[in-house]
Amino acid sequence: MTTEEATTARARPEPIKAVPVRHPGRWIAVAVLAVLTAMFVHLLVTNKAFNWSFMVDKMFRPPIIEGLLRGTVLMTVSAMLIGVTLGVVIAVMRLSDNPILRGVAWLYTWFFRAVPRLVLLAVFGNIGILWSRVEFGVPFDTQLGQLFGIDNLQLRLFGFSSRDILTGFMAGLLGLALSEAAYMAEIVRAGIQSVDPGQTEAAQALGLSRGQLLRRVVLPQAMRVIIPPTGNETIAMLKDTSLLLYVPVSVELFFQLDAVGKRTFQIFPMYVAACLWYLFLTSILLVGQYFLERHFGKGYGTSGRARMRLRGMTAEAGGSAGVVK
Amino acid sequence: MPTQATAPTAGSDLMVRAEQVHKSFGPLEVLKGIDLEVRAGEVCCLLGPSGSGKSTFLRCINHLEKIDAGRIWVDGDLIGYRERGGKLHEMRDREVAAQRRAIGMVFQRFNLFPHMTVLGNVTEAPLLLRQEKKAQARERAAELLERVGLGDKLGAYPGQLSGGQQQRVAIARALAMRPKLMLFDEPTSALDPELVGEVLDTMKDLARDGMTMIVVTHEIGFAREVGDHLVFMDGGVVVEQGDPREVIAAPKHERTQAFLAKVL
Ligand SMILES: Nc1ncnc2c1ncn2[C@@H]1O[C@H](COP(=O)(O)OP(=O)(O)OP(=O)(O)O)[C@@H](O)[C@H]1O
Ligand SMILES: [Mg+2]
Repeated sequence: MTTEEATTARARPEPIKAVPVRHPGRWIAVAVLAVLTAMFVHLLVTNKAFNWSFMVDKMFRPPIIEGLLRGTVLMTVSAMLIGVTLGVVIAVMRLSDNPILRGVAWLYTWFFRAVPRLVLLAVFGNIGILWSRVEFGVPFDTQLGQLFGIDNLQLRLFGFSSRDILTGFMAGLLGLALSEAAYMAEIVRAGIQSVDPGQTEAAQALGLSRGQLLRRVVLPQAMRVIIPPTGNETIAMLKDTSLLLYVPVSVELFFQLDAVGKRTFQIFPMYVAACLWYLFLTSILLVGQYFLERHFGKGYGTSGRARMRLRGMTAEAGGSAGVVK
Repeated sequence: MPTQATAPTAGSDLMVRAEQVHKSFGPLEVLKGIDLEVRAGEVCCLLGPSGSGKSTFLRCINHLEKIDAGRIWVDGDLIGYRERGGKLHEMRDREVAAQRRAIGMVFQRFNLFPHMTVLGNVTEAPLLLRQEKKAQARERAAELLERVGLGDKLGAYPGQLSGGQQQRVAIARALAMRPKLMLFDEPTSALDPELVGEVLDTMKDLARDGMTMIVVTHEIGFAREVGDHLVFMDGGVVVEQGDPREVIAAPKHERTQAFLAKVL
């Protein structure tokens, strides 16, 4: 016992008390940043052009809140939902054995990624010019009718005037969703390809069909690769709803702020208000993205694994109890 | 050469019958006419040097690879095709999937589903494909995992298990579909030496219970002890086959001799 204590006492030398390395460069940088920050705050507080009270007064008005809820939030959610769904379909087409499906998927992504979103939205804002009515039914019905000697055959189920449907919100949604689908298709494709082919083989060997193995085995694993860029896409989409100004979509945050600014000749404060609104909204998304990534990282990585281990233990305890009964 | 093949009649005890199986990857001909018969309850060991086409042949048996010529029957059913009016029709994805359900496969690299627990891995296919009740599937999975010595790991994720444990889960996963035939592709070659034994023991148990097995392996000891039949492949053809103990003790063909000299 005493010898053991003696050895540990001998084995542990006294703690190091060394003079740390100085970093004068860092201190200079901190000082410069402090001065710059002070200047910026001073600018915010003293410069009359910000007109803070006016801005705060206007930025929570009902039309602006409505624009925010419908044109920004609802538009982001709908465009992403359609974009992700269509993106998965296009990604699966892109990875298909059929060269025609592959080609069409390639053409789609090529087109929608090559045209800038702003230009695309301007085009979709005017696409109603192509048709006066949008109708659903048998395609080429009049031509088919002529083939069988029937004049002006019409096999249409229902339709809308394009002035009702292909303007404003719907046109903007179509533009954003179709463009998003192209980017999502690339993301999903990369995700699917990141999954070990052995996983597909194992699922096939068990007798799962193509759809089942995609849904149960490949996509859940691809999620880990798909989720982070999809989060970025959602944030980018939220910001890009401001481009709806060019469709134009009037029930939209930036459109409304811009309109107030132009009407009151207080353009700058309203643009600052726009910055603050978008900062607020994207910050919420960033928090959401953090939790999503944590969820889909399960079974992998260090923090995920530690958490899993905990969960595994409890499940194990439950499981073995069940077996023993 | 078109073979005048007749399907083995039902009731015969042939579990697998392969006739003149050919397979090429582009210009590379990997299988150059494999004939093989495996009886029900038999353990057939496939040996051969790397690149001789063992994995490819195994994957042809459950149609993971499409063969270019020849025929494969499992339990009397032609794999991957339907013969109608003297013509072969390719099966649909769904029909192929249904055929695969009767054939279990174990891979060199386990290929467990990492996002599911051990229990999830084993119950996934039965729940999706056999319309088993959840409680029933879980009970059977627990039973199978108990049998492979992992009754205490139901809630673990594959990433938390050793290689040997993962491979035993993979075996339980395949067994959960109640297969008639099990294919093993070098099930122990990705394992640390001290873990090989536990997997081989599990396979021996399985063989003792009468499971029909085709095992690609470099474990000569296993082939000698458990194998009923040994097939030596090289360059895409069967070079020699017969009783494992006889072939290993006195290989007739020089390529078999050379190979055995290296691995023994
Ligand atoms: N999908 C594929 N595409 C192209 N070539 C392939 C493919 N799969 C296998 N091959 C080739 O076929 C040959 C036989 O491969 P196979 O995997 O069947 O050999 P093996 O006998 O299992 O060898 P090993 O002992 O190394 O596993 C090899 O030359 C390999 O490169
Ligand atoms: Mg192999």
